[in-house]
Amino acid sequence: MAKIGVFICHCGENIGAKIDCTRLTSAMNDHPGVSVSVEYKYFCSDPGQENVKKAIREHNLTGVVVAACSPRMHEATFRKACAEAGLNPYLCEIANIREQCSWVHTDQDMATEKAIEITRSLIEKVKLNNELQPIEVPVTKRALVIGGGIAGIQAALDIANAGQEVVLVEREPSLGGHMAQLSETFPTLDCSQCIMTPRMVEAAQHPKIRLLTYSEIEQVEGFIGNFKVRIRQKSRYVDMKACTGCGDCIQKCPQKKISDEFDCALGKRPAIYTPFAQAVPNIPVIDKEHCTFFKNGKCKVCQKVCETNAINFEMQDEFLDLEIGAIVVATGFQIQNTAMYGEYGYGKYADVITGLQFERLASASGPTAGKILRPSDGKEPQTIVFIQCAGSRDPSKGVKYCSKICCMYTAKHAMLYAHKVHGGKAHVFYMDIRAAGKGYDEFTRRAIEEDEAAYLRGRVSKVWQENGKLMVRGVDTLLGKPVEIAADMVVLATAITPQPDAREFAKVVGIGCDEYGFYNEAHLKLRPVETATAGIFLAGACQSPKDIPDSVSQASACASKVIGLFSRDQLEREPVIAINNESTCSGCWGCALACPYNAIEKKDILSRSGELIKQVAFINPGLCQGCGTCVTFCRSNSIDLAGFTEKQIFAEVMGL
Amino acid sequence: MSKPFEPKIVAFVCTYCTYAGADLAGTSRLKYPPNIRMVRLPCTGRISPMFILKALQKGADGVLVSGCHPGDCHFTHGNYHARRRWTVFRALLNFTGIPLERIRFSWISAAEGVKFAELISSLTEDIRKLGPFEQYKAMIHETEAPVSL
Repeated sequence: MAKIGVFICHCGENIGAKIDCTRLTSAMNDHPGVSVSVEYKYFCSDPGQENVKKAIREHNLTGVVVAACSPRMHEATFRKACAEAGLNPYLCEIANIREQCSWVHTDQDMATEKAIEITRSLIEKVKLNNELQPIEVPVTKRALVIGGGIAGIQAALDIANAGQEVVLVEREPSLGGHMAQLSETFPTLDCSQCIMTPRMVEAAQHPKIRLLTYSEIEQVEGFIGNFKVRIRQKSRYVDMKACTGCGDCIQKCPQKKISDEFDCALGKRPAIYTPFAQAVPNIPVIDKEHCTFFKNGKCKVCQKVCETNAINFEMQDEFLDLEIGAIVVATGFQIQNTAMYGEYGYGKYADVITGLQFERLASASGPTAGKILRPSDGKEPQTIVFIQCAGSRDPSKGVKYCSKICCMYTAKHAMLYAHKVHGGKAHVFYMDIRAAGKGYDEFTRRAIEEDEAAYLRGRVSKVWQENGKLMVRGVDTLLGKPVEIAADMVVLATAITPQPDAREFAKVVGIGCDEYGFYNEAHLKLRPVETATAGIFLAGACQSPKDIPDSVSQASACASKVIGLFSRDQLEREPVIAINNESTCSGCWGCALACPYNAIEKKDILSRSGELIKQVAFINPGLCQGCGTCVTFCRSNSIDLAGFTEKQIFAEVMGL
Repeated sequence: MSKPFEPKIVAFVCTYCTYAGADLAGTSRLKYPPNIRMVRLPCTGRISPMFILKALQKGADGVLVSGCHPGDCHFTHGNYHARRRWTVFRALLNFTGIPLERIRFSWISAAEGVKFAELISSLTEDIRKLGPFEQYKAMIHETEAPVSL
């Protein structure tokens, strides 16, 4: 005979003001199978939980229903309280009468009626709940960090410094990401490479970090603590063990006119190259698409000049299968192509460039060795115009969101320009100045007040060429006047967008994206580094546009999550898994087709004499994630889902 | 004066998207009619057509099935199974003469509190216009318990 306890929470006024809790309590007291029904101001508080525990012991309860907030809020709290009172935690159900009742309805009578039905149906369900035991799974103490930008490097270093193994995967030939491309960084004007390269070297030399550059993730299977990851190591055509990084091959390569990706097409590189001088590892790759040998079958100059015989044109991609316990996704961003603004002339006029291209011009390691020179004729621009929000905050042509870093880097660009081109004049068109951050507002003020950048609040409508100048027509909305500036160079603060393959990659890893392709966190405020998939974490701009301090903080937060996970030898998992009745299973394998996790195996049923009677489905409890798709698929009604059995759901529906 | 007809609508939803979206409608204090009753399941892939029949048997005037958007399923593709199942099931319902307007299928993500509130409002209005689902109740009366465990 069921002895159910029903606990009705007022949640202060949140529930109490809209739902007649006394009526609800007495209605539940009259419901068959209910031993005790009580109301209380806050059941989640310590005395509230004590009440629940006391009632479980006093009435020897066989099930508990707490009518309160969403189970997503306090299910864990009350299950723990039940366990502490000696009741199996899976004999506790939550009736959501706050988020899905008191907060959304205006009529007190109807809201109370609904609360009664919700609570009643969960009483009917809990009567059929079974005692379940959490499933223990082992934890592979090896982390995978995907992306070798500053976020990935930071996460890898933090995890490795805690003594755990890390595999750091970067798809480009070198670590570094976007940060390695930057000149100076706001708001301190530290040289980006000066603060970045020591971290890159540290990561590469760390005994606990296995660095795989020029590698991509092919496949991710498994679950928290037990992922199986396949990594493709793309062929560099250079033997990493033999190469000394002398650079002779790079010098002698006859192909010298390939547009340099790292320099944002402002420079040229050969077909065998390292992305930049401080590359880690300092081992070149052959760009198969542009290499003369791969195109024409003749050349091999690099092979001839290599003294250590490191060049191998026969090299093939290799695959690596690794067991991984936790994954940090730090795949970064790209900058948006600005072609949709035909009126700005990007791509048409050589001297209209992006902010990232300006970084390369201003960088000491860039194509102009740090001099601000026009791409068209190599002259120093005497007047320069910066256009902010060239894509961001523009729902019609660009993206709806704010890219967060452009106000700051444009102020930095204006400053760098003032420091490098004495007597030059910088104009900045902006919508709003968003400079929230430590030292940020002071920094933009400095650009305006000390370095005399002219900030004009308004948009630019057109850029065109006239008498060797780039004419910029815009509006100064503070003066209410149109403005025309004859500039020598125009810099567009382009929007930060997800990587071009972000959506496909999300599917490979098994995480979600938002409408733009940025990766979804489990909870924007309270679980900002976790994803909805347990054991996979997010760091850096793959989640949303971020500056360096934010990316680094988030990476360290990821590391602490991973280290926390690895501090245990066993993990407890919710026992919501599918269970097959082998005596009725017909072995049709419909379930195996439906299972997204390959959790269903064939099992032989043998007679006493060892003869095969039939094959049935066996659901591996370690792999099953409890979606229940197989249950619904099962033709013979043999499979059921613990915690959500057919009988439980039917009872729940009939209780409504 | 008799009370105006208040339809009863049973919703079968997945916990990761639509249930979370309904919670978001709550935390955003959006308002919608109280005619909906939610049944929380791990995934739309778990939702059996039998649940829908059971809800109608219990006296529901309308049924909603809602889960994650295509491609966003927490369990990678349970919602695709649900969609395929629905495609087949609706043909069967149609054949048996159950009006398809009484059963709604939708995708609502954890971020779409507004969409959830709007859907429930419009669905309640539509079902209210259709009136009580006497036809199915009559069928049950004739055949006695068409759906057993």
